[in-house]
Amino acid sequence: MELLASPAVRVGLSVAVATGLYGISFGALSAASGLSLAQTAALSLLMFSGGSQFAFIGVVAGGGSGLSALSAAALLGLRNGVYGMQLNFLLRPRGWRKAAAAQLTIDESVATATAQSELPEAKRGFWTAGIGVFVLWNVFTLVGALLGGAVGDPRQWGLDGAAVAAFLGLLWPRLRSREAGAIAVACAVVTVVAVPLAPPGVPILCAAVVAAVLGLRRAGPRSPDAAADERQGPQPGPDGGA
Amino acid sequence: MVLWFWILAAGCVSFATKLAGYLVPARILGNPRMLRAAGALTVGLLTSLTVVTTVSSGSALVPDARLAAAAAAAVALWLRAPFLIVVAAGALAAAAARMAGLP
Repeated sequence: MELLASPAVRVGLSVAVATGLYGISFGALSAASGLSLAQTAALSLLMFSGGSQFAFIGVVAGGGSGLSALSAAALLGLRNGVYGMQLNFLLRPRGWRKAAAAQLTIDESVATATAQSELPEAKRGFWTAGIGVFVLWNVFTLVGALLGGAVGDPRQWGLDGAAVAAFLGLLWPRLRSREAGAIAVACAVVTVVAVPLAPPGVPILCAAVVAAVLGLRRAGPRSPDAAADERQGPQPGPDGGA
Repeated sequence: MVLWFWILAAGCVSFATKLAGYLVPARILGNPRMLRAAGALTVGLLTSLTVVTTVSSGSALVPDARLAAAAAAAVALWLRAPFLIVVAAGALAAAAARMAGLP
């Protein structure tokens, strides 16, 4: 398989397995919140954004109104709009691919795509992670909804640790320049400060604003250092050094 | 039935949010200044996602076994391990830390 020789495809598949398995916990929690199997499946198929889905059923389980469930999910999903802008620029999908790419735009597919150094790899990474997570997330949502609590807490198997490692693994190769390191530190601080103050999902948006502002500032006409850093370009993927 | 309405509506809102990003013309982002901002944005988003998945639980900061996962992943990355090994190290560390009694 030529495709499997691509580091981006391998990263995408690893991400898909680690994230897809988490669908079990969504399915089980959704069933426990009183949603039917069809309603649970519909959320994973149509909303397809883990954080938004957990927020939606969380509000429903807490006895909140449908409108507040929708609002919580919408707020959490705002970052997907920022991702969409970025991916549209990077991948330039056309026609029906634009709609398909939009539906597959989530943390994991964006992270996999933007971590690649070359455009073809970014494309392969995006579609592999996007389709992979979509399929596995929906399958394991059903498994979780059908088995309920019988499978236990996925955290027991360290699945949340796998997510942490995956995001760190995607970030790591981008931290080689001092500029990037400074942006990362600033965004980490902003995130930690914002988590207790803002609704879930918003801290990521705050970090996005800070990063964009820092990026624009250092992109001033008298910033040859920054320009040099950028020309080094996107760094090789996590597999690059192996 | 009412819940069905909100599920479908929320699904539409989710898709519309994603699609809205794709409808921003790419040429607006095409100048070098915006390109650098986009590069910074990627670093910022990945950092924020890493921090959120490591220490947050809803709107609370919760230090738990995920910190062990982050540490193990960092060591694996330092050793230039392949991505899959990094992810596995994170999962193993979190599972082991929980077995050892961490929340």
